[in-house]
Amino acid sequence: MIELKVRIRRKTFPGKPADVLAGLAFDAGAGEFIALVGPSGAGKTTILNLVGGLDRDMEGEILINGQPLTDRQTHPVRYGYMFQEPRLMPWLTVEDNVRLVLDGMHDSTERARQLLREVELEGNERSFPRQLSGGMQRRVALARAFAVRPMLLLMDEPFISLDAPTAARLREQLLILWEELRPTVLFVTHDLREALSVADRVIFLSGSPARVVKELRIDVPRPRDPYGKAVTDIHTGLLQAHPDLLSGLANGSRGEVNEHSERRSA
Amino acid sequence: MIHVSRNTWLRGLSLVGFLVIWQVIALTLKDPLVPGPDVVLASLWQHGVDGDLFYNLGVTLLRVLASFIIAMFFGTAIGIIMGRYPRLDAGFDGVLVLGLNTPALVTIILCYIWFGLTEVAAITAVALNKIPNTVVTVREGARAVDRKLLEVADAFDLRPVLKLRKVYLPQLYPYLMAAARSGLALIWKIVLVVELLGRSNGVGFELSTFFQFFDITSILAYTLAFAGVVLLIEAVLMRPLDQRLNGWRTV
Repeated sequence: MIELKVRIRRKTFPGKPADVLAGLAFDAGAGEFIALVGPSGAGKTTILNLVGGLDRDMEGEILINGQPLTDRQTHPVRYGYMFQEPRLMPWLTVEDNVRLVLDGMHDSTERARQLLREVELEGNERSFPRQLSGGMQRRVALARAFAVRPMLLLMDEPFISLDAPTAARLREQLLILWEELRPTVLFVTHDLREALSVADRVIFLSGSPARVVKELRIDVPRPRDPYGKAVTDIHTGLLQAHPDLLSGLANGSRGEVNEHSERRSA
Repeated sequence: MIHVSRNTWLRGLSLVGFLVIWQVIALTLKDPLVPGPDVVLASLWQHGVDGDLFYNLGVTLLRVLASFIIAMFFGTAIGIIMGRYPRLDAGFDGVLVLGLNTPALVTIILCYIWFGLTEVAAITAVALNKIPNTVVTVREGARAVDRKLLEVADAFDLRPVLKLRKVYLPQLYPYLMAAARSGLALIWKIVLVVELLGRSNGVGFELSTFFQFFDITSILAYTLAFAGVVLLIEAVLMRPLDQRLNGWRTV
């Protein structure tokens, strides 16, 4: 179980004068599902890269169970990662893509097959990624992220640019896998309804430089329909209470609201 | 049943056509300097029975193999480094252009003068001629590497060996295949020149001997045998390897 403390004083990129992150602080409890919501370009991906140890160049510290992240070698944390794109190796079969991250495990083949079964890709083990649809590729990426039995799962808008039913199905599968293992999750999205439907707690970030502007605990039991009454009530309440705060998000979300109400009235 | 494709028939047919035209020309000219395929094939058989053909082909093949491995190894390593680090790339680009454009003969002569008429000098000269070529091709591949896939390897803490074998190198395979193909073609040619200039065995040396005796028939017989070996290597080594490494592109 992973308890996460993020204290980023300042993060800049070389050659760019403006801070990307400044005074960003939040915590995540063991096994908590956190959604990070903020406008595009707010540095959400940068936060995940810092927490994941892919980028170490910053002022501040990230504590995992009280240990600074720099000790990653001595206190190994099993990370699961899902990117904006599936990022599968096109030269490896579906099964080998999952097995790749299970290096050295005696039951890697078994584990890979089991995960592929759980995301309903049985029978596609021997296919290459390019033979699969976009949604199926994401499912392989989801299987890969959970195959390592992650303690900390980092997800960077993993279901972006999928059609609504496919994204909904993937969110369901994500939550089933999460319930089994209960890793601590940081789930980055700019889709407010998606955040409200999956997370225990939603953290709202401002535009650049990103800082935490609001935190919201969601006590509605799962599964939550992103267009159901409970989520819609919270969504509407948020937009009314903080029209300015969510300005970066409102545009995208409002489109979805309209689309949905049309569907309902039709 | 062995399935023989239409392309195989075409390939065979063009070969037969070539032999027929050759025979007709030889019969018309009746010149001892233009022997027909019948005479050449007989000579090929004789050289094979005598054993000199296989011995010299073997020696040449070993030289090709040694210089090929050396050139691919260093060319790939330098190419990856230059593709990865723009600073180094800028620094060594001049040397690279010089290496690419130095005539093979110059490298060969210098190697023989500096290292003596030895096997080491011969193989070094061939490898030096090929390395710049490999560097340029591999560098192109290293520049095109997808950083996002490398990030996956880092995100999941893959061991460096695994990252290299399963994530990095597969992106270079098409470039390595291209370098290997063009490399083999170049190395065959240069090895013969090196043998002609400073070795006392091998196909190149034999050819120079036949040249001194104006033994055109033997020259053509050796050339045929040589061409056969090249085609064989392409069929049993390069094409299957290509299929194995890059087969996923065509599924």
